[in-house]
Amino acid sequence: MNIFDTWYFPARLAWRQLIHDRPKLIAAISGVLFACVLVFMQLGFKDSLYASAASMPLKLDGDLFLVHQQSEAMWRPAQFKRSELMRALGHPAVAEVIPLYLSLATFKAMDTQVKRTLMVYGFDPDTDLLDVEAIKELKHALRLKDTVMFDEYSRPEFGPVGELLASGQNRTEVNDYKVTILGVFQLGISFAADGNIVTSDLNFLRIFPNRSIHDIDVGIIRLHPDTSIQQTKIELRKLLNDFVKIYTYEEILEHELLYWENAAPIGFIFNFGTIMGLIVGMVIVYQILFTEITNYRFEFATLKAMGYQHHYFVRMVFASAFILAVLGFVPGFLLSNSLYYLAESQIFIPMPMTVGKIVTVFVFILFMCAIAGLLAINRLKSANPADMF
Amino acid sequence: MVIEVNNLNFSFGSGTLTQPVLKGVNITIQKGEIVLITGPSGSGKTTLLTIIGGLRQAMNGSVRVLDKQLVNSTEQDKVKIRRQTGYIFQQHNLLKSLTALQNVCMTLEMYHDLTEYERQYRAQKILAAVGLEDRFHYFPEALSGGQRQRVSIARALVGKPKIILADEPTASLDRQSGHEAVEILKQLAKESKTTILLVTHDYRILDVADRVVELEDGVIKTV
Ligand SMILES: Nc1ncnc2c1ncn2[C@@H]1O[C@H](COP(=O)(O)OP(=O)(O)O)[C@@H](O)[C@H]1O
Ligand SMILES: [Mg+2]
Repeated sequence: MNIFDTWYFPARLAWRQLIHDRPKLIAAISGVLFACVLVFMQLGFKDSLYASAASMPLKLDGDLFLVHQQSEAMWRPAQFKRSELMRALGHPAVAEVIPLYLSLATFKAMDTQVKRTLMVYGFDPDTDLLDVEAIKELKHALRLKDTVMFDEYSRPEFGPVGELLASGQNRTEVNDYKVTILGVFQLGISFAADGNIVTSDLNFLRIFPNRSIHDIDVGIIRLHPDTSIQQTKIELRKLLNDFVKIYTYEEILEHELLYWENAAPIGFIFNFGTIMGLIVGMVIVYQILFTEITNYRFEFATLKAMGYQHHYFVRMVFASAFILAVLGFVPGFLLSNSLYYLAESQIFIPMPMTVGKIVTVFVFILFMCAIAGLLAINRLKSANPADMF
Repeated sequence: MVIEVNNLNFSFGSGTLTQPVLKGVNITIQKGEIVLITGPSGSGKTTLLTIIGGLRQAMNGSVRVLDKQLVNSTEQDKVKIRRQTGYIFQQHNLLKSLTALQNVCMTLEMYHDLTEYERQYRAQKILAAVGLEDRFHYFPEALSGGQRQRVSIARALVGKPKIILADEPTASLDRQSGHEAVEILKQLAKESKTTILLVTHDYRILDVADRVVELEDGVIKTV
């Protein structure tokens, strides 16, 4: 008796029973589909949130990063003294230090004149701090007074900046301060900011007159080639005050993601949504399997009287759960795929359908159906064949 | 000796609610014999049949079926007996989501050494033998009562059981189809020397029996 036969026959019977009662099959599939879509959407929003939260630090071209220990995340930094960053230059492995200034500001849309908040990044353009080709190309022009560059991936409420630039319109206000938009680049927005602009450090201080050149938000350190980042980090720790934290590139990315996962309730909300979706789906599948077993208990008793054993029915229930998982997952996936597309085109949040996500959701759904099957199997034990006749 | 029941006692419930049903049943049935059990309703006929078929556990006396002691037996022993026994129920008890052919195949699907082709072949042959060669792919709800009971006879016989246990197989059938069903059962059983123990109220079918016994007050009386 091989493993194929021991599963094939109960699975075939499960399949025949499922397709015999179409309305109930459709109800069960809808339950799984619902759970599937819910989980896909929760995961999609969560991943996209995380991905976009790190879109700026991802492009930072540096080896070590200094932030104030009270900075929860890059979009809400606590400033620290520029001299603290300069002190790092005392380490022989440090080649260059670059201060980064950032702050939220209002941006007046050039077409509608409506003001909306976005993030302003200020740094010396000669340093190529952001590894974004479009910005590097315009670094000389960016040194001019009152010039900025605009992130094309900002929300559409800021206006069709690219088109307006092409038509010759390039003047607007940031924080009620008149600036000229030199061009656009592509970075990506986060849940913290609906858009981004990049400007020089000097222009930044003009846009924000109450900010001082001595108070910086992030300090970027570049090391000489062939020096150890980890070793330098340890040695810098002794050189710098305790209130600045030193991160490597990977660590600062992680720091940003962890903020959204822990400090902000957003990660929790998405996880909660995922779990709720799975529980609702599980209850629906359990209900279906449960009534199935109740309705078929005479047939199970008959099969028992013929010599079928308990494990056959256990396999049948699991096979039913598996079939429902697959039948619900396929349309659930297709629907979610369309919804991802809709989200990308309507609310401009990047929601890629990745293989990882597909596998994760399928495993979740399988697990959900298996648990429902396990619960339903308890019901089977009550079928004593002799009492049925 | 295919079935040998000695001094079998059986009661439902426990304590003061104990309701004795079988009070020292003795019966011996030879290979190939067709024995009918009659008796008033509630006299314990179904209970006796389920004990002999390995569906119900007895604690007292001796029940030897195909040389296996069923009193205080293990689940595995009972499963072995069930597999060598064809059970025909009062209601046809067919699986409603399976066709006639698929229902009959269920008996054979327990044996994985058969090929799907052999299963189909044997099931078709036996369905033809009960006169249903044109109803292979009908679901039970599309069949008449007599046809359903003939499918369930085919299902019981297709595994070539040593014993057929039938519990009022004609109770839900009209006179004509009831007699037909029992005649078919008798004929097929005689060909293969299968032992039949058949419970019935139906005096119209007593003529198929080699022997008729009556269960009354929990004991067997020869008529
Ligand atoms: N599962 C059961 N639990 C309790 N009492 C039962 C059960 N099955 C049958 N009985 C009782 O046992 C007696 C014999 O029942 P049964 O064997 O079905 O009789 P028959 O088949 O001859 O009509 C009846 O009084 C019935 O009420
Ligand atoms: Mg009865």
